[in-house]
Amino acid sequence: MSLLDLSGIEKSFGSVSVLHGVDLTVGAGEVIGLVGDNGAGKSTLMKIVTGMYQADRGSITLEGDNILELTPGERRARGIEMIYQDLALAKQQDVASNIFLGREPTRRVLGMSLVDRRKMKLDAQKMIDRLGAKLPAITRPVGSFSGGQQQSVAIARALTFNPKIVIMDEPTAALAVREVQSVLDLIRQLKSQGIGVILISHRLNDVLSVTDRIIVLRQGRAAANLLTKETTMPDIVSAIVGGGDVMVAAAHEAQG
Amino acid sequence: MATPQIQSVPSLWARLQEKSIEQLHIRLESIVVLVGLAAIMAILSPFFLSVSNFMNILLATSTIGVLAIAATFVLSSGGLDLSIGSVLGLSGVVGAAFAVNLGMPTPIAVLATIGAGALAGLVNGWVITRGFVPAFIVTLGMLGIARGLALVISDGRVIYGLPDWMLFLGQGRPFGIPMPVIILIIVAIIMHIVLAYTRYGRHTLAIGDNENAARTAGINVEFHRLTLYTLSGGLAGLAGLLFATRINSGDPTAGITYELTAITAAIIGGTNLFGGRGSILGTMIGAMIMGVLQNGLNLLAVQSYYQQMAIGCVLVLAVFIDQFQQRQETKV
Ligand SMILES: Nc1ncnc2c1ncn2[C@@H]1O[C@H](COP(=O)(O)OP(=O)(O)OP(=O)(O)O)[C@@H](O)[C@H]1O
Ligand SMILES: [Mg+2]
Repeated sequence: MSLLDLSGIEKSFGSVSVLHGVDLTVGAGEVIGLVGDNGAGKSTLMKIVTGMYQADRGSITLEGDNILELTPGERRARGIEMIYQDLALAKQQDVASNIFLGREPTRRVLGMSLVDRRKMKLDAQKMIDRLGAKLPAITRPVGSFSGGQQQSVAIARALTFNPKIVIMDEPTAALAVREVQSVLDLIRQLKSQGIGVILISHRLNDVLSVTDRIIVLRQGRAAANLLTKETTMPDIVSAIVGGGDVMVAAAHEAQG
Repeated sequence: MATPQIQSVPSLWARLQEKSIEQLHIRLESIVVLVGLAAIMAILSPFFLSVSNFMNILLATSTIGVLAIAATFVLSSGGLDLSIGSVLGLSGVVGAAFAVNLGMPTPIAVLATIGAGALAGLVNGWVITRGFVPAFIVTLGMLGIARGLALVISDGRVIYGLPDWMLFLGQGRPFGIPMPVIILIIVAIIMHIVLAYTRYGRHTLAIGDNENAARTAGINVEFHRLTLYTLSGGLAGLAGLLFATRINSGDPTAGITYELTAITAAIIGGTNLFGGRGSILGTMIGAMIMGVLQNGLNLLAVQSYYQQMAIGCVLVLAVFIDQFQQRQETKV
């Protein structure tokens, strides 16, 4: 039984049909690369997994249980975490508030259940240190951080609550070379802990170096399902662009 | 090329500000404004500095203070409730009608007063979150509806003669402190704790900050908003109770333009007009500033028409300063 199982997912926004029947499975400890052109529907598909969007048709199961009816909060509680492309951070709040948003630890004071700020700060600092992220101060509003620092906060938020599956939508887009490597190391570490990972990235070299399987979305369908170790850059590129100027595009990617 | 490094040491003011915001959730400027304003009033009027005048200010601030708490919750969630002044009037009339016309016992009349406000707030929240009508329009509509309903229920007349137990809430003075002041202080402390230290409060700020982030974190944004507007209405109902019991009557015209003063108090207290930031202690300072301003203008025998103008100016000025600071901070 796979960890996450999507089948026949269809989604349209008004008259614009984005996904028509996508199948995808992720096993425990498996790293899946999800690639495709801009607008291919990668983010849409993943938001359907987290419950931010409702699928028009299709089924989603987590460890065999149907989760289609669950709210985003309930799916998160079941262990589905996502790092969103737009990061989805509350910019005026500090690091701890963002990492623990929706799951603040509480303690009882005079019969009232109050947020345990101290525990939040300590745990947030621990998580940031574990990621090796460099933040100016965790008490600052995250809006004052650089793009890469904000990305670290978003990653920390996804990893703090022992997820079963982590979806990363362009997690390295704003990161410097060294930070990109640490995210890739992190993905390998998650894999070794038996956590399923879906990595969405336009950096095909990263995808090739860290994934077990690569799914290519094209025209609303999973156009290819490739085993990474049997796959080369030109295979992926041709699956993404679907014929045409494959040679030119592949040559360009090979240089990068 | 070696350029001289400009070491930016945060000034004493900046460090104090940071501590103040972190520990007390108060912006220092608002305290400076309050003290400065009080000093000016004390110089201009010999009556300003006295214990009895201080109590007057607190008493006059109590109604606005409760409304400003409502405004703080709604604004910091990125919402807006323009109906609180009208709902105050409606609640007072409903409470008086229950107590006087229907002869209900005090506890029921009190519950009816607050309940009427909460119900109006629930309707606001329901239309906003289920009907997707902007809060500005819904609560502007409620501003008219609640006021009209207050006039209909009271037949356009003031309902006099509340029972003694109800009057105690507005006119009682245990230990020489007016009851409305005691109630405001208790409510303010509770609501400060709720906004700053509970999950409900943290989620309120997060929704105002980035609705999408709150949603991805699993917060039920629509339901949370519904509860916020209901809370706002309930607090307006409480303000209506304090007002009606203080003047011993349900007045259908009570609270006209109070939303202006309450929102102004919340904003000078540091609430972000666009959500994400707000503190009840800050708002209480803001409410005191409004109270001192009105009291001072009264002592100086300034006509109340000018007072309206003054409050309007303070609101625009406060938002101007806030926006100016934000532009300075994000200037490239
Ligand atoms: N909320 C929405 N309303 C309407 N259309 C949408 C919405 N979200 C996405 N779309 C459309 O769905 C299509 C797929 O978008 P999506 O964001 O999933 O692409 P993507 O594969 O993540 O692209 P990118 O690589 O640029 O991130 C696009 O054509 C987009 O315009
Ligand atoms: Mg995307």
